[in-house]
Amino acid sequence: MTSPTSLTPDEVAHLAGLARMSLTDSELARYAGQLDQILHAVDRVGEVAADDVPPMSHPQPLVNVWRKDEVTPGLTAEQVLAGAPAAEDERFRVPRILDGE
Amino acid sequence: MSTAIVNPDFATALQTYKPVLGFEVHVELSTKSKMFCGCPTDFGAAPNTHVCPTCVGLPGSLPVVNQAAVEATIKIGLALNCEIAAWCRFARKNYFYPDMPKDYQISQYDEPLCSNGYLDVDVVDESGEHHTVRVEIERVHMEEDTGKLLHTGGDTGRIQGADYSLVDYNRAGVPLIEIVTKTIEGTGELAPEVGKAYVTQLRELVRSLGVSDVRMEQGSLRCDANVSLMRQDATEWGTRTETKNVNSLRSVERAIRSEIIRQASVLDAGGTITQETRHFQETTGDTTSGREKSDAEDYRYFPEPDLIPIAADPEWVEQLRAGLPEAPGLRVARLQQEWELTDFEMASIVNSDALDLVVATVEAGADHTSARKWWLGELTRIANNDSVALDSLAITPAQVARVAALVDEGALNDKLARKVIEGVLAGEGEPDEVVASRGLAVVSDDGPLIAAIDDAIAANPDVVAKITGGKPAAAGVIVGSVMKATRGQADAGRVRELLFAKLGVTE
Repeated sequence: MTSPTSLTPDEVAHLAGLARMSLTDSELARYAGQLDQILHAVDRVGEVAADDVPPMSHPQPLVNVWRKDEVTPGLTAEQVLAGAPAAEDERFRVPRILDGE
Repeated sequence: MSTAIVNPDFATALQTYKPVLGFEVHVELSTKSKMFCGCPTDFGAAPNTHVCPTCVGLPGSLPVVNQAAVEATIKIGLALNCEIAAWCRFARKNYFYPDMPKDYQISQYDEPLCSNGYLDVDVVDESGEHHTVRVEIERVHMEEDTGKLLHTGGDTGRIQGADYSLVDYNRAGVPLIEIVTKTIEGTGELAPEVGKAYVTQLRELVRSLGVSDVRMEQGSLRCDANVSLMRQDATEWGTRTETKNVNSLRSVERAIRSEIIRQASVLDAGGTITQETRHFQETTGDTTSGREKSDAEDYRYFPEPDLIPIAADPEWVEQLRAGLPEAPGLRVARLQQEWELTDFEMASIVNSDALDLVVATVEAGADHTSARKWWLGELTRIANNDSVALDSLAITPAQVARVAALVDEGALNDKLARKVIEGVLAGEGEPDEVVASRGLAVVSDDGPLIAAIDDAIAANPDVVAKITGGKPAAAGVIVGSVMKATRGQADAGRVRELLFAKLGVTE
């Protein structure tokens, strides 16, 4: 585990962009500080985990939990579209994907 | 980016540059249910009818892996001589795009199920010589397909200029296998052919395993072709582009060729290649810049917490290995020997994507010569004309075998047989029904033939003189005019016989 360096407002701006969030400069600076504290807190795990403890993604020692290839009932188009903000021709309607051009 | 001011042809480009290739092929598995839920996978259902809380990413839903999809992936990996991972995980690939309802795709990242394999590809050059090119496989991994977008407004249904888009999630979550090659160097001027041969033979291989219907026109096999150029004396690879929308085997070849020419023209003009996604345009044969994702790719992969790791039992893997069918390469070699064909003749069948059809036609009773003749000739011509795959033509191998049998019996000649095929393709029924309804049988009654021969003899005394004077080749004129008089429904061989008998000459 590498020790965390301080999270910069630029990095927060990059993450905000990936998350499609619009943040002001003062918000970027404030969240950089807060996220930095969280990262440091999580990083303390590294102080107790020795090299012989591999990073863990799943708490259970299970493998191969799978299902048979069988069709099961799902939703109707009406049901699945019921919660859609907009729908047209039995499809979800989403805003324009590309700006301009 | 600079625009091209010179436009070298392919040969000139290859004098200056060495092409470097790479392929990402996506194969939709033909499992009954989706990768992580029990929704059906059939193609062509009404929109948003094959959906459930899991595949549209509703809160509280959990994915569970389809065992048959894991098995199919292992089979593909084994057929490609890959190592099968003893333990591997799924990963989340995070991005926002409306084709993924969860805002992430479940895929595999640094722990693919299969890795380090190869496929030996048989490539035939222009002079008919065979080359074996080993295409090394980097990885074969499991993921889920995305939904389908329909762009509305704007001019051409393209994403550019669209007012909004409509999404159908039937395809979201269908098991998708990605097969990634290592970088392929040293193919030189054969690069386009190597690309086509790789995708063709990979497709044959996957089809032989029975795990996908691998239909490029339906998108169940999709190919992205990476191309870069390096100067002949260079040691480092150039910048690559990734061409998508390559929807047929022929397009693989065309896309690589046109991308090599385009990159060479940019480089020759002193420009630089932009690393980008490009789209193959079927109508022009060119690639155009994609510019769909303006964000730098930053997918923030992490292990999928909702799915338990996969650990393929070695005994199971060995069972699957033992059950693999005859490799397509060996099958081709076996059939070539059985049918006593030249390398070129055999390669023509494979490259026309007609092998299974020819085999099925032979199984239906035709000899391989007529089976090949119809599938590679008339039917390939029609398929190309209509831009459809040969095996989606509305004629079965059994029907082709029946047409061939009618020709062998002398009931049809080639010209009439083509009309029968036309009728079958137009949905007029079985070959015999088309023969009956269109009145296409060869005139086998000698009476009308003899009358037509008498007329032709009377009309061409000079030709008759030549034939009786020792030039039987001149008979073609008489036979031709008899064929014309009978509107092509006579058996030309029989007309010849009757003519020579009448004139008392032997051929």
